[in-house]
Amino acid sequence: MSTSAQEAQYGFAERWLPRLVLAPSFLLTLFFLYGFILWNGYLSFTVSRLMPNLEWTGLAQYQILFENERWWVAVKNLFIFAGLFIGSGMAIGIGLAIFLDQKIRGEGVLRTIYLYPMALSFVVTGTAWKWMLNPGLGLEKLMHDWGFTQFTFDWLVNSEMSIYTVVIAGVWQSSGFVMALFLAGLRGVDDSILKAAQIDGASLPRIYWKIILPALRPVFFSTLMILSHIAIKSFDLVMALTGGGPGFSSDVPATFMYAMAFTRGQMGVGAASSMMMLATVAALVVPYLYSELRGKKNGE
Amino acid sequence: MQKLKVSLLAASFSIAFSVHAADVEVLHWWTSGGEAKAAVELKKMLEAKGHKWKDFAVAGGAGDNAMTALKTRVVSGQPPAAAQIKGPSIQEWGNEGVLASLDDVAKKEGWDKLLPPVVANVMKYKGSYVAAPVNVHRVNWLWVNPDLLKKANAKVPTTWDEFFITAAALQKAGIQPLAYGGQPWQDATVFEAVALGVGGSDFYKKAFIQLDPTTLSSANMIKALTTYKKLKPYTDKNAPGREWNLATSMVINGKAAMQIMGDWAKGEFLAAGKVPGKDFLCVAAPGTAAAYTFNIDSFAMFKLPNKDAEKGQKDLAVTLMSPAFQEIFNLNKGSIPVRQGMDMSKFDDCGKKSAEDFKATSAKGSLLPSWAHGMAMRSATQGAVADVISQFWNDDSMTAQQASVKLAAAAKVK
Repeated sequence: MSTSAQEAQYGFAERWLPRLVLAPSFLLTLFFLYGFILWNGYLSFTVSRLMPNLEWTGLAQYQILFENERWWVAVKNLFIFAGLFIGSGMAIGIGLAIFLDQKIRGEGVLRTIYLYPMALSFVVTGTAWKWMLNPGLGLEKLMHDWGFTQFTFDWLVNSEMSIYTVVIAGVWQSSGFVMALFLAGLRGVDDSILKAAQIDGASLPRIYWKIILPALRPVFFSTLMILSHIAIKSFDLVMALTGGGPGFSSDVPATFMYAMAFTRGQMGVGAASSMMMLATVAALVVPYLYSELRGKKNGE
Repeated sequence: MQKLKVSLLAASFSIAFSVHAADVEVLHWWTSGGEAKAAVELKKMLEAKGHKWKDFAVAGGAGDNAMTALKTRVVSGQPPAAAQIKGPSIQEWGNEGVLASLDDVAKKEGWDKLLPPVVANVMKYKGSYVAAPVNVHRVNWLWVNPDLLKKANAKVPTTWDEFFITAAALQKAGIQPLAYGGQPWQDATVFEAVALGVGGSDFYKKAFIQLDPTTLSSANMIKALTTYKKLKPYTDKNAPGREWNLATSMVINGKAAMQIMGDWAKGEFLAAGKVPGKDFLCVAAPGTAAAYTFNIDSFAMFKLPNKDAEKGQKDLAVTLMSPAFQEIFNLNKGSIPVRQGMDMSKFDDCGKKSAEDFKATSAKGSLLPSWAHGMAMRSATQGAVADVISQFWNDDSMTAQQASVKLAAAAKVK
């Protein structure tokens, strides 16, 4: 009698405790994330200007958005930035990780030095690089002072090239982080496989290319996920480095959204542009989550 | 535990009710030196009338942060008594149906006689006053460092042709002719002055106030755009992103000879201990001596739930337009009083000239709202037009012709 009562109590706790513990954070997430996404989605179909206004207008805000030249500059910049930021960040990060993996002296110190930029906020990175890339203050002036008067590097103030300066600062900040992720992955690769490959006479580059990097597929994907969402929502870096300028030549969708919704009284257009950003993120994340979750099920 | 709960509840109630009846809450972004001093004066005058001043200052020069805070308060049904809102934004807020009428105050104080009609119209929504103006900034000023001009043996320019002669002479003498800050609003400020100087005030009205598409893509506009772009070789390469006050300090320190900027620049000269007329000159931007582009700060009044608060709000409106406040505030801010018929003896030469021109142009019909400072267009339109100007300035492959077509398209954004 007493044991069954205890069992029942235990069973109750086992069944309800996890749900109770998770409920508050679940509800908060549900409301403050998905609730607001729905709210924003609704706003993008309304006539909202200065303040939210619930009068329905259909796809008019999207039409305004798609006819806006500045939006397309922002989209193009996002693709340039995301492509180069992810590509170069990954390449440099993996390279650094492989070099550091060669059992060299002072690895701890070097690792910290490479990882340190990640500890800075994008605002600090942006401001620092703004000074370094400014032709009258930074690199170009330094070279001129050293006597190389032909040297020019004015991408920051050139509307054709300004987005590439954002790439430079972004890659500088993130490649150390990519290195740390890959280094952890490299350390997790089973030594005996490497030994077997060495005995078979495989060269070191070949071992990396054919055995180690394929084994790091999961690390590769999680890094890709992290970098691509940083790229899509990048706002602070652009704001601090170029302010979206010269003109609006280095605008990205996030800065575009802010300008429309908060400074120009076009909240509907701002909401529509953030829905487009959400769609971009979803296009990346959903297939990934799908493959991940299905993979696990098959594995069981 | 129970006790703690009770005290927490009590605390939250006291916060909720701390905005009680007699408080006059004013949202503003006068947080920098001279402006903050002016805000304190306003507080004193209002408290002398028996009201409690409740400060709602939100830092951030252009007021973007303040506007975000204001939206939150209005949406939640707790608007401040007054907020610093200007130009057509007053109409936008009026459209949201949240502004209170000041007609009884305006009638009693005779605002229609004290304000030029152009200004009064900006303060009205559907024919009734909803906002009180505090100052006038003239935007079409050219600030000149006379020592540098003397060194280059050049004249102070009064037309754009003369400007380019002066600029060439300065450049020949190794002096940078124009200090420039490459931010979209500054691009717009300079272009506005150029367009007014090249096309005259009727052209300006048609293009930027009536947003007439044929004027926006006319030969005159192309000429204005070309003239504007001709300024670029006389600026330096580091201009993009530069703040206006850094550009002003280039003129102060003799690194550049001239700057086109509104009269808030005067504050920088005065703060550096410079004397108007001797260390620096203030002249109308080339070709615009007979016109005046204005930028007026004002406070819009919000509908409030109770009568006592409304009383405070009306007293605030009266105080803002009173001669005493208009004088002390504008002496601190560098602008001139918007109230007509004031004694200008305490103001400096630039201020006196500005006040004279304000009156003269108002009579002639060449008193014009500055679109670059949100006095002529709705914020969405203004942003789109400023985007084109900025793009044209920065993109050397765009022709004036293309830019004028884009301008006409941008003006359709509502």
